[in-house]
Amino acid sequence: MQSRLDERFTAAREEGRSLLVGYLPAGYPTVGGGIAAMRAMVAAGVDVVEVGLPYSDPTLDGPVIQDAADAALRGGVTTTDVLRTVEAVAATGAPVLVMTYWNPIDRYGPARFAADLAAAGGAGAITPDLPPEEAAPWLAASAEHGLDPVFLVAPSSSDARIRLVAGISRGFVYAASLMGVTGTRAAVGTQAADLVARVRTATELPVAVGLGVSTGAQAAEVAGFADGVIVGSALVKVLVDAQRSGAGDAAALDGIGRLAAELAAGVRTPVPASA
Amino acid sequence: MATRTAAQPAPAETATATPSVGAVREQAENWQAFPDPAGHFGRFGGRFVPEALMAALDELTEAYDQARADEGFVAELDRLLATYAGRPTPLTDAHRLTEQVGGARILLKREDLAHTGSHKINNVLGQCLLARRMGKTRVIAETGAGQHGVATATASALLGLDCVVYMGEEDTRRQALNVARMRLLGAEVVPVASGSRTLKDAINEAMRDWVATVEHTHYCIGSVMGPHPFPMMVRDFQRIIGVEARAQVLERTGRLPDAVVACVGGGSNAMGIFHPFIPDTAVALIGCEAGGDGVATGRHAAAIAGGSAGVLHGMRTFLLQDEFGQTQVSHSISAGLDYPGIGPEHALLHETGRASYRVVDDAAAMAALALVARTEGILVAIESAHAFAGAFDVARELGPDATVLVNCSGRGDKDVDTAARWFGLLDDAGGAAAGAAAGADPRG
Repeated sequence: MQSRLDERFTAAREEGRSLLVGYLPAGYPTVGGGIAAMRAMVAAGVDVVEVGLPYSDPTLDGPVIQDAADAALRGGVTTTDVLRTVEAVAATGAPVLVMTYWNPIDRYGPARFAADLAAAGGAGAITPDLPPEEAAPWLAASAEHGLDPVFLVAPSSSDARIRLVAGISRGFVYAASLMGVTGTRAAVGTQAADLVARVRTATELPVAVGLGVSTGAQAAEVAGFADGVIVGSALVKVLVDAQRSGAGDAAALDGIGRLAAELAAGVRTPVPASA
Repeated sequence: MATRTAAQPAPAETATATPSVGAVREQAENWQAFPDPAGHFGRFGGRFVPEALMAALDELTEAYDQARADEGFVAELDRLLATYAGRPTPLTDAHRLTEQVGGARILLKREDLAHTGSHKINNVLGQCLLARRMGKTRVIAETGAGQHGVATATASALLGLDCVVYMGEEDTRRQALNVARMRLLGAEVVPVASGSRTLKDAINEAMRDWVATVEHTHYCIGSVMGPHPFPMMVRDFQRIIGVEARAQVLERTGRLPDAVVACVGGGSNAMGIFHPFIPDTAVALIGCEAGGDGVATGRHAAAIAGGSAGVLHGMRTFLLQDEFGQTQVSHSISAGLDYPGIGPEHALLHETGRASYRVVDDAAAMAALALVARTEGILVAIESAHAFAGAFDVARELGPDATVLVNCSGRGDKDVDTAARWFGLLDDAGGAAAGAAAGADPRG
């Protein structure tokens, strides 16, 4: 049976484009503000939403997402609020994934989290610090509730590990474009295309590329070789900057809409992969 | 019970030969069932890290397996431990302290006398030698009290490696002396201003660095924590403490100690002294967690007494967390114990009952620090003072026929400022307060 993510990737392939995946943390600047921002990016062309679960020890995140997560936690956001956010955003019809470090799910209980995420209309979860070796309880819970568990590969992954990760992923494989934490980069390195090519030898699953993509031009470049383009920090930065400058919620949503539209145009004009 | 020798020092206090690291491992192999090949200590441990680090952890595990079987590597480490770090460290009979406390005979394993002033050098020399062997040119480390940072800066200077130390901003203030020491040794010290600005946040920042630099950088973790192989490898490098102490106590007293007591933050000095005694089931192993203002106040760093099982910093273990799995901020007067987790092997020792863990609060630790200073002329680190405070209780419980071995894991020079404020010894705080330390009671 096709999951909602499968359907979206199939449809995008038929349109000759990549999917645009947008990340924002739940609860930033408030739970309601976060929901509004996520809806705004869906309205502007984001196909799949990653709802970030703010965590106290975000070892994979650069300063932008750290700051937003920290503010969300200080504002009192909880896992319950994250699920509420999933429900509100899923109502737009876009597939919604939770992006989270493992311990919050571990603590909530993998089976209970999967049940509540499915009930909220979630499509699955991306768990970057849950290795395949420790994933059995989450895979079982995801399967039981029809969720897509998404795992990551990195440029340093061996072919054997790529097969391992691709073998347990559903929906798509998340290819980290570079060795490093989240954050915007001036250029998407050549590692990303190489990694996607290696993943394609291991699986039929779509491959989405994340880390470092922030502009329409970069999105177009990545769309030239990947099935999905994942953008996080650049979107979060729009909200963080609006908070810092006191620009107001309406201006923040405008900014999110503009960037999402630019990125959405990018994934629709893929630059053919050179070399 | 075995016969005890008279309570007088054996003639050759420091003559115990340093057992080679290779010999240590051979001895361990018969019963060392943990961790399993994936780094599990029972249900604890493992590797909860991003995929980007998996290759590096595999490479490290393989390099370590090869190095520990390589006579050349083992000989080089043994040579540095003996000729550079000052091993073996002595075993001191704490006569006046024993008398004051009024219980078991108290023996001290003097890791405070190791080069750089704590046990941290044992692990760092091993890991930095390994880093060099792996062709890494840069070493990064986290530090709380600064002792691991100083040790890493020291070994990096010795072995010609670039060194960057991440330290919580809060800790750079309370351990300013160690910041200066690291910089003198040529290391770059990066204050970490995120999160709680303490040890856990320094670890987060070091992991962020490592994921981007892993090709040429080794992350020299300072305790028996983190993803596999770190808890195992750091324990192995620290086992020398227990191997020496076990032989020294046998030689001095003619029998094994009744209890071994150590402080536990991440738990490397405790794991190091406990591990060789694990098969000696008559020997009680007792870890002392930092109780801060008291576990009941919620302001503490006692992961076992006040925490629950979860995942932090790449390992499954006991940690301080809320109902949603968010790490809770720890509190301790001791920067080196101010960590919300504990090494996974300690979690296993606790769960199996092979070791027991007690809580020592700030006030008890500081009183112990003062008592040890006045009775033995040893100014111990505030971390180690937690072990002493716990050991006083143990000594009274066991009574005068027993022997208690305390791991004196570090010296307290770095803590003089904190202690002076605690006891009101600074002139500008009022000269009359200088009597406070002298009046500090050995725990009631």
